[in-house]
Amino acid sequence: MMGGNWGRLRGKIGRWLFAARVKMTQTPPSLSRWLKGFCTTSNAKSDVVQRPVSTEASSVGAVSLMRDRCMERVFVLLTLLVAVSPAHAQSVRDTIGLTQPKIVKIFGAGGRTSLAAYGTGFFVSPQGHIATVWSHVLDADVVGVVLADGRRFTAKVLGAEPQLALAVLKLNTADGLEFPYFAVNETPSAGTGSRVLGFSNMFNVAAGDEPVSVIHGVIASRTNLEARRGAFESPYTGPVYVVDAVTNNSGAAGGVLTTRDGRLLGMIGQELRNSKSNTWVNYAIPITELRESIQQIISGKFTAKRDPNEDQPSSKPRRYKPLDFGFLLVPDVVDRTPAFVDLVQPESPAAKAGLKADDLVLFINDELIQTCRVMQDAVGRLESGDRLRLVVRRGNELVTIEMPVLKKKE
Amino acid sequence: MNLSPLFLKSSLIALIAISVLFSESFADNLTAADPLVREAEQKRVEVIERVAPTVVAVFAKGGAGGGSGVLITKDGFALTNFHVVDGLGPFMKCGLNDGVLYDAVLVGLDPTGDVALIKLLGREDFPPATMGDSDKVEIGDWTYVMGNPFLLATDFAPTVTYGIVSGTHRYQPPAGTWLEYTDCIQVDTSINPGNSGGPLFNASGELIGINGRGSFEKRGRVNAGAGYAISINQIKYFLDQLKAGRVVDHATLGATVTTQNDGSVTVNGILETSDVFRRGLRSGDELVSFAGRPIRSVNQFKNILGIYPKDWMLPIVFRHDGERREIHARLRGLHTKSELLPDAKPKKPRPKPKGKDGKPGDKPELPEMPKADPHAETKVVIPERWKDLFVAKAGFANYRFNQLEQDRVLASLKSLGDFASATGTWRLNGQSTTGDPFELTVSAKGIGLEIRDAAFFQQLEDTDGADEPPGTGGFLIGVHHLRLLLSKGPAAFTDSYYFGSEPLDGRGELVDVLVCGLSAVETRWYFSRSSGVLVGFDTRLHEDAEACVVRLTGLVDFAGKRLPQTWMVRSGEKEFATMRVERIEFAAMKKEAGK
Repeated sequence: MMGGNWGRLRGKIGRWLFAARVKMTQTPPSLSRWLKGFCTTSNAKSDVVQRPVSTEASSVGAVSLMRDRCMERVFVLLTLLVAVSPAHAQSVRDTIGLTQPKIVKIFGAGGRTSLAAYGTGFFVSPQGHIATVWSHVLDADVVGVVLADGRRFTAKVLGAEPQLALAVLKLNTADGLEFPYFAVNETPSAGTGSRVLGFSNMFNVAAGDEPVSVIHGVIASRTNLEARRGAFESPYTGPVYVVDAVTNNSGAAGGVLTTRDGRLLGMIGQELRNSKSNTWVNYAIPITELRESIQQIISGKFTAKRDPNEDQPSSKPRRYKPLDFGFLLVPDVVDRTPAFVDLVQPESPAAKAGLKADDLVLFINDELIQTCRVMQDAVGRLESGDRLRLVVRRGNELVTIEMPVLKKKE
Repeated sequence: MNLSPLFLKSSLIALIAISVLFSESFADNLTAADPLVREAEQKRVEVIERVAPTVVAVFAKGGAGGGSGVLITKDGFALTNFHVVDGLGPFMKCGLNDGVLYDAVLVGLDPTGDVALIKLLGREDFPPATMGDSDKVEIGDWTYVMGNPFLLATDFAPTVTYGIVSGTHRYQPPAGTWLEYTDCIQVDTSINPGNSGGPLFNASGELIGINGRGSFEKRGRVNAGAGYAISINQIKYFLDQLKAGRVVDHATLGATVTTQNDGSVTVNGILETSDVFRRGLRSGDELVSFAGRPIRSVNQFKNILGIYPKDWMLPIVFRHDGERREIHARLRGLHTKSELLPDAKPKKPRPKPKGKDGKPGDKPELPEMPKADPHAETKVVIPERWKDLFVAKAGFANYRFNQLEQDRVLASLKSLGDFASATGTWRLNGQSTTGDPFELTVSAKGIGLEIRDAAFFQQLEDTDGADEPPGTGGFLIGVHHLRLLLSKGPAAFTDSYYFGSEPLDGRGELVDVLVCGLSAVETRWYFSRSSGVLVGFDTRLHEDAEACVVRLTGLVDFAGKRLPQTWMVRSGEKEFATMRVERIEFAAMKKEAGK
């Protein structure tokens, strides 16, 4: 007999482990643009040689001698110094050594089928707040956290923002302990061509007091996860850093992408597979997208939804879900899960319209529905003011059910 | 801001000029990159040019599969993975980046550590790689992986990938009891099928590891950002054993350990026949350090233990009833002899290649290329030119190389003189360091010792020998073995082989070890690596017995025959005597010992 936990877990599968389709919204930069980006990122070139990035080494002195022949025949001499913050001048070894203690290994639910029971997180406060990916791993009675030095704690989920695939944990620890952490309100600049480091407990290689794995790469693009309405297999659809290294592996989600001098750029997201090309996306969600929610959750001011500024088109418009109509589909556990209705909330529009549990949805507004995924997709494309017309099979009969598409409750 | 218009204008013009300069020069002329970038690139090019000739492409028969390797000596010894050469037979073909395909012969195997030693043939001036110190590797260090992934190189020039060290002292569990990666190096440098057995170089081109595994999981059998290399320091411990044509075994403690709630690591089970038990380790004792490294977790302990060979003696510090104790104990083998025979397989099958439905947490897989059809390997093909380089013997990968090592070690014994003719009784007289005179009588029928008004005798007919004098572990039978070795050589024993090298007593100079067995009794002979001199021996009456330890210094000459001068005899922690030989008599053959 499958326990309730397993049922819940199955439910999570559909929500958290969809493959994604990512579209580059930018064309690849030209070689010259790329080189410019590369070479004007002062840290990048200093890192090529393995030596401490001293301020001198990463400063660019350019002397330009320019002669205006036609007009004034004056020489303009200008020395341009591009300085970087000396506070971050250090070797990559040092960067890694200082960064790894800020990353933790997270252990929770999973361990079945293709769901890992481990993940990664990172400290965002000295008091033991940890940001990580909102995933099935956290769907456990007790979430275990192991620090880089081997100390073990339990943690509770303080809050989560599913649309950002973000959760914030708090270590269960006596007051007074301080932890090394990332300052989330810093905004290091990094663009296409910037060299980066990825830190995560991918494949759960690190055990006990071992620090997590670190890999290196280059930002290939800063782009949006594809924003086509209704097609999402990832809960997050905003801007991402796409990286040329394999950052997103099992257990890597919740890890960090940093600059070569250890400043936080973003959080490594769940593994996403492009279902058309069977390729995997290596990406991180910029910390600038996450920090507001992180800070709100920590301060206790967080209210489930981000404040969607109705006047501006949000990059994350909320789409209709079956629950908006008061019903749920069965957990989407296999590639082609039939779109059976799992339950119908009493007094909901769906209940009032006559939808019942165990109905098999065949059509939505004349569109053939073969799987749960197609169903979610079709519901997601509905607009306020439309009518939702379902054709369901109940026993041996076909039943048509109609209900209005009401304005979403934000 | 008080900036004059002129300054602003000048600045603007200059900025425009600079941006034009930058974009033009970068678009048109790649050499305009920062000198540091150019310098680093040049250094990489130089390193690659320097080390690429050391990289070996290993091919299965018919080219149906293969892997990589790396040369480590001028005479052609090369390292690769066990799982690359497993099933290829004693001879294989190897390509170097000079475009030449060489014959190679299998020399030694380490199934547990996934290492194999082969020897390329036909040259005495192969370009070897320089070995580095893998304990100095740090996370973030740049590394090169070279080899023949996907068997791409038709001219055998290695494929080069470049990346960083992602983790050190990593542990990757075994498949059954074979292919256990302990204390290994994790890199994000691309390791793909065919890279197996190839070198991991540090930024200056020193060999720091042998690539053999990767975490592949659900993306198919290609690099997913986590590759693992066996550390070169582990291989160094085994190298002399591998060169001796052996199938080597790794060490086990003879005790199991567990982590307590307070983080300490304690013994929760122990074999009473193990050396650690004889040295005083008991269940419940806390393990403090092992081989000089503090123990913080069970995993970490497995990591350290796994890099050492069977039979090595290592320092162990533990706490017993709150009392700190330091011991040196000889480690048992992880496998029985039969488990290491050529046709033996690990206790569990090796992981099979998985499709895209691999599960998280799966054991990392081995990035070797597919093997040739095993059914095609019906008979071993031995090239006529090299047939003398392979001798099959159970327990050995290639016994020919053990014979060569035995010959090398035994050559130093010949310089002690001709003992073959001394078939009569030998009589050694002298004094112990405590001032007691002694007489040691050595004949073919028995061994006698008189010391401190006591007489001990070990007769040699119809017996394997006993603990005589009592408490020494069998000193007299050890003396008998010494006489056999000196007068008749290894042929006098039922079984003898060159073991490899180890630090004497776990802390002394590096010694060559020759093992000679006669019935159940086994003697390990220790020869100084630097001088070739016999510096001691351990005699064990049976496998789990406390050894009689004899350490020898100096030589006394008698009529052209030389024997050790000072003999320190002990068993366990208890010294029996240190005897200094002053006179030696070799009686004629027919003359009886008469004591």
